[in-house]
Amino acid sequence: MAVPADLDRTMTMSGAMVEVIATEMRADEEMFYMGEDVADCDGIFDSTEGLREEFGRDRIMDVPISETAYIGAAVSAAQEGMRPIAELMFVDFFGVSMDQIYNQMAKNTYMSGASVSVPMVLTAAVGGTYNDAAQHSQALYGTFAHLPGMKVVVPSTAYDAKGLMHNAIRDDDPVVYLFHKRLMGIGWLPAPDGPKTGVPEESYTIPFGSADVKREGADVTVVTLGLHVHRALEAAEDGVDVEVIDLRSLVPFDEETVLESVRKTGKLVVVDEDYRSFGVTGEVISRIVENGLGDLDSVERVAVPDVPIPYSRPMENEIVPDSDDIIDSIHNTNS
Amino acid sequence: MEGKTPGFDIGAGQIPGELHLAAGQEAAAVGVCHHLRDYDTVTAPHRLHHIAIAKGVDLNRMTAEIFGRETGLCSGKGGHMHIFDMDVGFAASEIMTEGCPPAVGAALTAKKRNEDNVAVAYIGEGALDQGAFLESLNFASVHDLPVVFVVEDNDWAISMPKDRITAPRDGSKRADGFDMTGDRVDHDDVVAVYEAAGEAVGRARDGNGPTLLEVQVHRRMCHFMGDPQTYRSKGDQTAHRKRDSIERLAEDLRAFDIGDEELEALRDRGPRSCQGGDRVGPKNNRSPSRRLLTRTCSPTHPRE
Ligand SMILES: Cc1ncc(C[n+]2csc(CCOP(=O)(O)OP(=O)(O)O)c2C)c(N)n1
Ligand SMILES: [Mg+2]
Repeated sequence: MAVPADLDRTMTMSGAMVEVIATEMRADEEMFYMGEDVADCDGIFDSTEGLREEFGRDRIMDVPISETAYIGAAVSAAQEGMRPIAELMFVDFFGVSMDQIYNQMAKNTYMSGASVSVPMVLTAAVGGTYNDAAQHSQALYGTFAHLPGMKVVVPSTAYDAKGLMHNAIRDDDPVVYLFHKRLMGIGWLPAPDGPKTGVPEESYTIPFGSADVKREGADVTVVTLGLHVHRALEAAEDGVDVEVIDLRSLVPFDEETVLESVRKTGKLVVVDEDYRSFGVTGEVISRIVENGLGDLDSVERVAVPDVPIPYSRPMENEIVPDSDDIIDSIHNTNS
Repeated sequence: MEGKTPGFDIGAGQIPGELHLAAGQEAAAVGVCHHLRDYDTVTAPHRLHHIAIAKGVDLNRMTAEIFGRETGLCSGKGGHMHIFDMDVGFAASEIMTEGCPPAVGAALTAKKRNEDNVAVAYIGEGALDQGAFLESLNFASVHDLPVVFVVEDNDWAISMPKDRITAPRDGSKRADGFDMTGDRVDHDDVVAVYEAAGEAVGRARDGNGPTLLEVQVHRRMCHFMGDPQTYRSKGDQTAHRKRDSIERLAEDLRAFDIGDEELEALRDRGPRSCQGGDRVGPKNNRSPSRRLLTRTCSPTHPRE
């Protein structure tokens, strides 16, 4: 594990993210943050807690509920050399502003022959588990990772959230930083214990494309991200010696860490909170098949079946993979 | 986290998710929907229950839906933010203003078929700046469609006050730019709303084009149940509680010599038309895994 064990300063994931944004904003006057309810409300998911008091409403900007306008404005401000962060409150709302995201933010550098760069961060809350139904519970990791031109980052702990956020802000290209609501440590949406970790006071970066082995094991490799890192760690307590890999970023994708683990275990289980088809699970498996087929004895995937997320609790529980589903798949790799 | 830690987990309890209650906004629902017929279409955003009730949605099945029951209007799949009752032309979407284009489409259908149906799209004042709404205004205007856009102005979009995010202050002025009739009712008096809506719905029904109607209402509650409202002064919260349109209507009725007993009897009629959470139908008996993958696409209706 990358987290130094002896840290006595523990933080929630949102606390770690906010600390980084404040540090970077103190150092760079050209940084600002735009989003809905980010000023007086501190972000619906505590993503800007306390920042308005320090930086004022000019730099922690509440914006009109016009995602196309403010995300597009961030793209252009970034092209002018500023360092904006734009927050899309729920990733599910990307539809109303997708052109600015995937045709402008993601493509301008390439289309211009790299004569412009877009050093911005687009943050968004993802994920379900609290019965918020079909338009508020998606992960959509695969959607963003599929479209070229964006780095896609998904932290699972406060320690990782900090290092990844420093890296995201300092990156000269657009980064999509997807944080899981269930991991943030919000009063009205209690987090499991896992994401609250020790966090060093000083700044540090975690390079993108460096997956983290959250648990070492010899028998089965479980590859996952976000909330499901914690569910996989829970499943790993079931007796089989499981190695749990947290991807931390989808783009770039750390193939080497996964290949190395599969060389050891020969068994791969990929777990995702996104839809099953044409998504993260399929991509991870095909990468390993392409480059490590000889090491692979068996493969399983655990993901959301291809239907929208239903509201009712028993149905949502059924659809979002839990640790029992992961345990079943781990056992299936042995059968 | 001080002051921002409410006592409950919105993912727990019998009605989970972001539940947006509409207390204080009744006048906008009743005043408009009273002019509508079952076959008229209404689209609503996240704060929708008052509108659903006014449009005549099946209350028992809506309650069952809120509790996530299989007997609910949407088989427990939609939930309290996504209520559909096609028997009375009601549909909801929680993505802001995404109900506007469908309302325009219902109006377009009526026009093409030469029927007198009217469509009404409700949005909150926080949605006045959203593209789908503005595009819909233009589409409706240029095609002279029988649609009424109703803006419920409760002063707040979660934590953002109207003047911080929207210009001009009077949302009905948006109509001017689209060569459409705009009107604003400055207080949530159901009779005043009824009168203004009568003109708007009448205009649509008579084939005289769309209207944008903004109605001042009040958000008596927090944005969603569990929202600690740290951004909102106590004074504002209590002021909003005092401006209740139901109390205002009661006063008006008293002026017409309607006594307390009669008023009580009227109030009683509401709750009795719905059986309440425990009696809305059997608990789900099919397993979730069986229900989950049903009705993922339409039943086929062979063309006549
Ligand atoms: C496109 C989009 N952006 C953001 C949101 C998140 N959101 C839900 S309700 C809301 C505020 C709505 O304010 P208003 O339209 O005034 O309605 P009210 O809640 O006051 O009834 C926001 C920002 C959303 N649902 N859809
Ligand atoms: Mg409002």
